[in-house]
Amino acid sequence: MKIKKNIALSDTGFVFNPASGDSFSVNPIGLEIMKLLQENKSHDVIKKHLLETYSVDKDTIEKDFYDFAKMLEQFKVTETDEKKES
Amino acid sequence: MKKLQYERPLIQRLNTGLMNKFGMKTEYTPHTHIDEVSVKSLIKEFGSPLFVISERTIRNTYKEANRAFKTRYPKVQFAWSYKTNYINAVCNVFHQEGSWAEVVSGFEYHKALNNGVPGSKIIFNGPDKSEDDLRAAINNESPIHIDHLDELYHLNELAVEMNKRPKVAIRVNMDTGVYPMWDRFGFNYENGQAWDAINKIILADKLDLVGLHSHIGTFMLSPSAYGVAASKLSDLALGIKKKYKKNILYLDMGGGFASKNTLKGSFLQGVDTNPNFDQFAESISTAILNAGFGTDELPLLVLETGRALIDDAGYLLGSVISNKRLSDGRRATILDFGVNVMFTSFWYDHKISPAQDFGNYTEDSVLYGPLCMNIDVIREHITLPPLKRNDHVVVHTVGAYNMTQWMQFIALRPAVVMIDLKNKVHLIRKRENLEYLEACEVKPDYLKSFKL
Repeated sequence: MKIKKNIALSDTGFVFNPASGDSFSVNPIGLEIMKLLQENKSHDVIKKHLLETYSVDKDTIEKDFYDFAKMLEQFKVTETDEKKES
Repeated sequence: MKKLQYERPLIQRLNTGLMNKFGMKTEYTPHTHIDEVSVKSLIKEFGSPLFVISERTIRNTYKEANRAFKTRYPKVQFAWSYKTNYINAVCNVFHQEGSWAEVVSGFEYHKALNNGVPGSKIIFNGPDKSEDDLRAAINNESPIHIDHLDELYHLNELAVEMNKRPKVAIRVNMDTGVYPMWDRFGFNYENGQAWDAINKIILADKLDLVGLHSHIGTFMLSPSAYGVAASKLSDLALGIKKKYKKNILYLDMGGGFASKNTLKGSFLQGVDTNPNFDQFAESISTAILNAGFGTDELPLLVLETGRALIDDAGYLLGSVISNKRLSDGRRATILDFGVNVMFTSFWYDHKISPAQDFGNYTEDSVLYGPLCMNIDVIREHITLPPLKRNDHVVVHTVGAYNMTQWMQFIALRPAVVMIDLKNKVHLIRKRENLEYLEACEVKPDYLKSFKL
C-alpha cells in the first residue's frame, strides 16, 4: 500500500485529493504514517518505527495501524502495489 | 530516550457547509476530577463502572431551588421524591436540608419511616396503596393523596373501622395546554370529576381534606403550564372555601421540572434551553398569589421536585472495553456500562467526557454498552477524542432515575459512592454480586442436580 501520487499532504495534517476534491484532516501520528507510506516504507518498518517512538504496546499498534490503513483505503487516498508490499 | 505519548492515528473527511452558527460542540473537555477527587482514584478503589454522587451539588441545587421559591412565596415545603433516587444516603441529605418525603409505594413509605422521617411528613402518592399501607399511613397521620374513587371508598371504610380521621388530598389532573395531557392519575378538573370527589369526601365527613395535588407531567419545558395548574388548583381551593367554609391547607404542585439534560432529538443543549427554578417559581407563585386567597389563608406550597434537584449531582464513571469499526466506517467504542444501569440513555443524549488528557483531534463515534443486546446503545452519535482500551469516561447528569430504574440484566449493578462536603468518599451502596442476585431465588430439591 502506498499513498497516491497526486495526494497533497501538508505539515499541519491537511490532506487534499485534487482528483476527487475531497479533503481530510489527520492527527500528527496519522500524518507521520502517511509520510512514511509516501516514502514507500513497508508496513512492518512503519510499525517498528511507531513502537520505538511512542509509548505503546505491539498489539495496540497492530490493531490501530490496520484500522488506519483500512480508513485510508476507504477514503481512496491509497493505491495497492502488491510487489512492493511483499 | 523517553517515548512520546501515543494517540491512535486517525483520518477524517472534512465536510463543508455542515457547520451551524453555534460552532462545534465543546463537550470533550477532559473531566479528571469530581469535587477534587480524581476519577482514576475512584475507579481504582471502587471499580468500574461506578456511580458517584456529589453531596455538595445536591445541597447547592436544593438551596438554589429553595431560594427561587421562598423569595417569591411565603410558605414553601419541598418533599423529596423517593422514586427519583431512594438510596438512603441521598434521601437523608435532602431530609437534612429540610425536605419531607414523597413516596409512591409501600416499600418507599417504610424506607422513609426507617430514614427517620415523621409519618406526618411523608406524602403518600400513587395508584397502588395496599390496605396495610393505608392503615400504616392513617396511623402515622401521613397525608394520603387519593388517586381514584375505589381508594376513596376504601379509606372511608378504614376510617370507620379504625375510628380515625385520615388526612387526605386528592390528585387532580387537568389540561394545562401541554401535550401529552396526563389524565391517568387522579380526578379530572375540566369534566367535574375533581369536584365530585371533593363533594364525596366532605359530605361523607369521614376524611379530613387537607390538600390538593397535581402532577402535570415529566421533564416539563414550559413553566407556564405550572401557572395554569396552580390557577386551577387555587380555583378548587377557593371554591371549597366558598361552598363548605373549609380552608385547604396545602397545594402540592408535584414534580416534573426539567433538569439540564438534553432530550434526544433536541437541536440545542438542555443546559442552554431548559427552564431554571426561578422560571418555574415565578409561574407558580404568581398564579397562587393572584388567585384571591386572603393573606392569612395562603396555602402551603408543596413541591415534589426530584429530577431537577438530583440529576446534576450524579455521575457515572466507566471504562473503555474496546474500539471497533462498523461496516459503514463509523467508529464504535464499547464501554463497560450499559443501558441496564443507565436507563436514561433511552431519553437523553447524555454529556460524556473523557477522564484523561488528550490531543486536539476528535472523531465521530457510537458508544455501546457491554450487554450482548442490540439495544445497548449509550450514544448513537458523539464526537470524542480517540479513546483506547482502559481509558475512563465520565457520564454527567445521571442522578435521577438511574439508581432506581436500573436492573440486573446480563451485568450486575455497580457500587455508588458519595463525595461529602470535605471531599471524603463514602461507599453508599455496595457493588452487587452473585450471592445478592440469588438471595431471593429458591431452587426446588428435584432440580438441584443433573448429569451432563
